[in-house]
Amino acid sequence: MEATTAQLVVTCLVDSLAPRVGKAVVNVLEGQGIAVEVPAGQTCCGQPAFNVGLVDDARTMAEHTLDVLDDTDGPIVIPSGSCAAMIVTHYRHLFQGTEREEQVERVAARTRELTQYLVDDLDADIAADCGDCSIAYHHSCHGLRELGIKSQPEHLIRRTDQRPLVDADTCCGFGGLFALELPEVSTEIMNVKLDAVEESGASLLVGGDVSCLLHLEGGLRRRGSKVEVRHIAELMAAEGDG
Amino acid sequence: MTAQPVTFRDRASRLIGTDAAAAVREGAAHLSDRRQARAAEFPIFEDLRDRARAIRLHSLSHLDRLLAHFADRLTDAGGHVHFAADAEEANAVITGILEASSASLVVKSKSMVTEEIDVNSRLEERGIEVVETDLGEFIIQLSSDTPSHIIAPVLHRTRQEIGALFAEKLGVVETDVPEELNQIARSHLREIFLRADAGITGVNLAVAETGSVVLVTNEGNGRLTSTAPRVHIAVMGMERIVPRWEDAAVILEVLARSATGQRLSAYTNVVTGPRRPADSDGPDEVHVVILDNGRSGILAGETGEILACIRCGACLNICPVFRAVGGGHAYGTVYSGPVGSVVTPGLMGMDPWWDLAHASTLCGACEEVCPVGIQIPSMLLALRRTAAEQGKLPPWMTRGMSVYARSASRPDRWRRAQKWARRLSAPLSARGWIRRLPGPGRGWTASRDLPRPAGESFTEWWEQRDGP
Repeated sequence: MEATTAQLVVTCLVDSLAPRVGKAVVNVLEGQGIAVEVPAGQTCCGQPAFNVGLVDDARTMAEHTLDVLDDTDGPIVIPSGSCAAMIVTHYRHLFQGTEREEQVERVAARTRELTQYLVDDLDADIAADCGDCSIAYHHSCHGLRELGIKSQPEHLIRRTDQRPLVDADTCCGFGGLFALELPEVSTEIMNVKLDAVEESGASLLVGGDVSCLLHLEGGLRRRGSKVEVRHIAELMAAEGDG
Repeated sequence: MTAQPVTFRDRASRLIGTDAAAAVREGAAHLSDRRQARAAEFPIFEDLRDRARAIRLHSLSHLDRLLAHFADRLTDAGGHVHFAADAEEANAVITGILEASSASLVVKSKSMVTEEIDVNSRLEERGIEVVETDLGEFIIQLSSDTPSHIIAPVLHRTRQEIGALFAEKLGVVETDVPEELNQIARSHLREIFLRADAGITGVNLAVAETGSVVLVTNEGNGRLTSTAPRVHIAVMGMERIVPRWEDAAVILEVLARSATGQRLSAYTNVVTGPRRPADSDGPDEVHVVILDNGRSGILAGETGEILACIRCGACLNICPVFRAVGGGHAYGTVYSGPVGSVVTPGLMGMDPWWDLAHASTLCGACEEVCPVGIQIPSMLLALRRTAAEQGKLPPWMTRGMSVYARSASRPDRWRRAQKWARRLSAPLSARGWIRRLPGPGRGWTASRDLPRPAGESFTEWWEQRDGP
């Protein structure tokens, strides 16, 4: 049987700010025998504009993303619940009643968040591992509530030493441009989350969305905390690569 | 009404870190936990939420007919119905009724809609004394404060503060024991109830089939307010109606569980017209004031479904923003939290209230707990679109996003932008991290480091690896 080819969309944040996460995803997927392709020309899904109501800008980016992705075949895998939800649920709102409706449905039907793809579609025999570390897992809101992603990462971290995180399902305060529009509020929400992370006793904070994780890591660093931050893909990647 | 001409950000920033904000955080979390416990123990809760949603949406789509029916039934029962287009009209109706019955002392039970129309100051202007009888509202009135939560008005106050307030204002011995505080208010208010000429209440639900209004309280003050004085005036938003009693029963089931985590509120009071000849007590006159005040406009627009709200406050309690900013005061108006951020711009206009729609991370927790499944995040997005169309967003955001969108739709420009970002960030970075950004980025780096753009982007790495 020919290997499945997956189209990897790394997200704009991973591309520029956290390429190591993209490399880890490649490693994880290839470890599952998946042939990885990275659609050329991918940029940003348009969520930042969509979430502040700038729909024309959002549409510009979404159209570009749709064209890039619709030109490919096979599952589209995204290591972010938030960006995946943008494509799966919100593109529909952006293009309702337009000639792109069918294209939106085609692309949305192929789109998977990474842990969803690994657990639900591949039933992959893989588990996150951090050696002697202990982890606190942060479920990012859009994956959790818009795509219902919870059991998948929980399955993947089943063998790690997990520390219970108080209010694990509560927002971290990132919120995209929210963090710049209302930085004091964003920070206050973040501080509650970071207190919970530090009180959990975990040595690693792990999640599935680089956006929230950059915000939390930035806050932990500023605090001088010893807790380190990883994307779940990094805990599944084989040693030595990625 | 405290409509200060400042932004959500200003109000929130002033409250963050205060004792009041800490009290709100604790109180909201407590209410949320209780709601969660009641939801978890009740296997049909999810089904009831679906039914409650269907009932409320049905009611909204038949408002005219239901209100007309309600008015007929209440008139049959000997009550009076008044439709008020706005706050002005509602206050005129209320003062008219009170002056016609020579009322000089009015008791009130907790009602957000009367906060909305600010009836208290209107009555006081006319020399009518108003006494709030809900314990929380009583404390608010004594301290010239405003409610910080739609069902728990003094969520932001500690019992120690309340003890000190009572000692100062009522001349009692200071205590911080909740039961004793309750008893102080009770004895003080009991005498006022007996002297009051009229009672003003809100309405949790109006039931069209019998022309009844339902008041839900935990202190019994709603019952006293509506039965002890000669005149009872109930003020309701026009959306507060349901067709039948079996509908009301469903709403009451989800309301108490969602609001306070009770299976049922302590007092569920039904008023159907004035006292009848065989009744041992009750008012001689019952008036129901049905208020529009912008609701028709909301109903006709993209956020119409927000009027399905049953004012339980669950979305406030769960909201990370509400919890962080010290509760309702940050929102600057009566209706706060996620629901308020949709209702307020609808009732009071986008100016200056559009920014409330941005007071959310769009985390979706509000929708998840809403007993009538209102899609609050979608409505916040709709309001954000409107605000953007009206040109209300700051230039850094609109211009920045326009540049960003243009480069994101042209991969060659995107590449160049990434390279520029790398270059421009170099002098700002140390060991791969940026500690201080200028302009709109300042808010980020005030509390967070930001990683410097990587020397090699993922796609550049991939192209190397993948070969030309």
